[in-house]
Amino acid sequence: MLPESRRSAGTAGSSKLTWSLNQPRVRSIVYQALLAAAVGFAAWYFVFNAMENLMARRIASGFGFLSREAGFEIGETTLLSYNAGDTYLRALAVGLFNTFRVATLAIIFSTILGALIGLARLSHNWLVAKLAAGYIEGIRNVPLVVQLFFWYAVITESLPAPADALNPLPSVFLSNRGFAFPILASVVPIEMDSPQLHGFNFSGGGLLSPEFAALFLGLTLYTAAFIAEIVRAGILAVDPGQFEAACSLGLNQRQVMRFVILPQALRVIVPPVTSQYLNCTKNSSLAVAIGYPDLVSIANTTINQTGQAIEGIAIIMLVYLTISLAISCFMNWYNRRFALRGSKL
Amino acid sequence: MNRAIDLATRRIVSLVQWLHARLFSTWSSSLASLGILYLAWMLIPPLIDWAFVRAVWSPANASLCRDAIGRSACWAFVADKYRFILFGTFPFDQQWRPALTIAILIGLYMLSALRVRRSRIVSFWLIGMAAIGVLMWGGLFGLSYVENERWGGLTLTLLLATFGIGFAFPLSILLALGRRSDMVLVRWLSVAYIELIRGVPLISVLFMASAMLPLFLPAGVSIDKLLRAQIAMILFAAAYLAEVVRGGLQGIPRQQEEAAQALGHTYWQRTWYVILPQALRIAIPPLVNTFIGFFKDTSLVVIIGLFDFLTTIKVSLTEPVWTGFGVEAYLFAAFGYFLFCYPMSRYSQSLERYTVPARGIQMLKEN
Repeated sequence: MLPESRRSAGTAGSSKLTWSLNQPRVRSIVYQALLAAAVGFAAWYFVFNAMENLMARRIASGFGFLSREAGFEIGETTLLSYNAGDTYLRALAVGLFNTFRVATLAIIFSTILGALIGLARLSHNWLVAKLAAGYIEGIRNVPLVVQLFFWYAVITESLPAPADALNPLPSVFLSNRGFAFPILASVVPIEMDSPQLHGFNFSGGGLLSPEFAALFLGLTLYTAAFIAEIVRAGILAVDPGQFEAACSLGLNQRQVMRFVILPQALRVIVPPVTSQYLNCTKNSSLAVAIGYPDLVSIANTTINQTGQAIEGIAIIMLVYLTISLAISCFMNWYNRRFALRGSKL
Repeated sequence: MNRAIDLATRRIVSLVQWLHARLFSTWSSSLASLGILYLAWMLIPPLIDWAFVRAVWSPANASLCRDAIGRSACWAFVADKYRFILFGTFPFDQQWRPALTIAILIGLYMLSALRVRRSRIVSFWLIGMAAIGVLMWGGLFGLSYVENERWGGLTLTLLLATFGIGFAFPLSILLALGRRSDMVLVRWLSVAYIELIRGVPLISVLFMASAMLPLFLPAGVSIDKLLRAQIAMILFAAAYLAEVVRGGLQGIPRQQEEAAQALGHTYWQRTWYVILPQALRIAIPPLVNTFIGFFKDTSLVVIIGLFDFLTTIKVSLTEPVWTGFGVEAYLFAAFGYFLFCYPMSRYSQSLERYTVPARGIQMLKEN
């Protein structure tokens, strides 16, 4: 779409288009035709090469491999049952579910932690504020992979074997085989299923594997630092006059926060926090580095076994793009719902 | 004499006032202060004990490390493997070359942070890059040739980050301009590229480069692993930088463009001489932040097995002498990354505080 001024300049004097490269409109068409040709050629060239190479390696392209037997075990399966005899499709579904599991939990906990640290950073208490600032700077300036490796090393190297597991709370055990804790077996009557030591590991109750625990811990602490900065910036973005006005109405600190500052700050906070949620989900793909079987790590195994690189990567990208799209849809909805009506009150 | 006492009293009074205002103003505040002080009292002395007082420093005492595992930190690991962690498998007697490369890169970063004229910085970078190319590859001036499979360690991390951003930046400017273009096809392709890359994790782009790219090349043509990863990182960074540049472009009032147009400048003249200098100036702090993120992201090459700073540390841990010292090793890795990222983040924060918008915009705002 050309702006009006340029369009009229291009056809000055006559309604007929004269075919000259001095005409912006003609130039634009020529440029786009050239670009389309270049992109088309590149696409054709890559597809041609890929087909040649796949033929040479005797790999059938397409998604037929999904129904073949996967033949590898997955260390962690919750909700979806899986064994090595199942198909690749089922393996990938288990991976996707594992991605959602760790991402959802990390998002929930990092939101709570991040909000607390963001508020702490603004505290009048010097020690609290400095501690929060130190946490944020420390976490944000170290790559997440390093932090994941670190937590994994802490869990697998520094914690004792299950036989002498740390027991900070009744029936909660921390060992180098993961975290065991009681879960609710039935609600009426209330019954708990507590972990028991059998042989070399715990059985019964809930058990978080070291991989899951490291990933969850790393992701939560990392994302929380970013959310904390957003929360702080959001609160600082509220006009100080609002704060003073609320105080002069006789509201106490808590009420000022709850009824005046936070509702206004949330408008600034929510969009960037949503994109942090998206980052958190994408970052959960680092699971592959410490061996937690998320979607990317199972797709990677699938690619290595079948050689279906294009399809495998297409699946990963499709899933993440869908998640991105869903999250940005939510963000747009939120902005529409909570944006200020009109620019002036 | 009296005056000295007076001064001392005043200092004590102001200290007490500060303590009261900043640590013990309310009941809850006092409780929090005491809680933190108690925790610090409980945690810090044993931590210092572990990390410094009892720590094993000399690599000759590897067995000492093993005996005192859990009670004292084993920095001997770092002392033993530091050459590998800094320079990878670069020929041992030639390691002054990557060492010089690291020094040049850090020097260039620091130079860029100072307020030196733009044209000078560009020429410094060009000279520096040429010097690094000669130092790392060799084959000239009597330096022996070293293939890039032997590059590694911190050197590789710095090179990946620097060249990644260096090549991604021009690409990102084109993408950002494309996203605002009047031409439908250009706009659509830019949007599609930027959103596609930003929607997927970096790992999938790296996998694409390591597993998929070879399929796209004609038989017999191969690109080495390092270059493939570097291409992936460039393509990835370009999408993120493009959004930052676009933010800068959006900060420029339309009148600037219109005024330049009225003066009869062509699109590229307007863009190059009027719009970009102002837009990039606004975009510097977020650009530095993107660079920090990118610098951290280079650590992901550990997953496709390039020997960067993190991978060399991880690989060193697999040596039988040093297995089980992961906590120390990754603390050291974290410290290494922090050493680079923290000054950069402070720099970006100071820019955010002091950057004045370009003069044209300021005048517009005043009117």
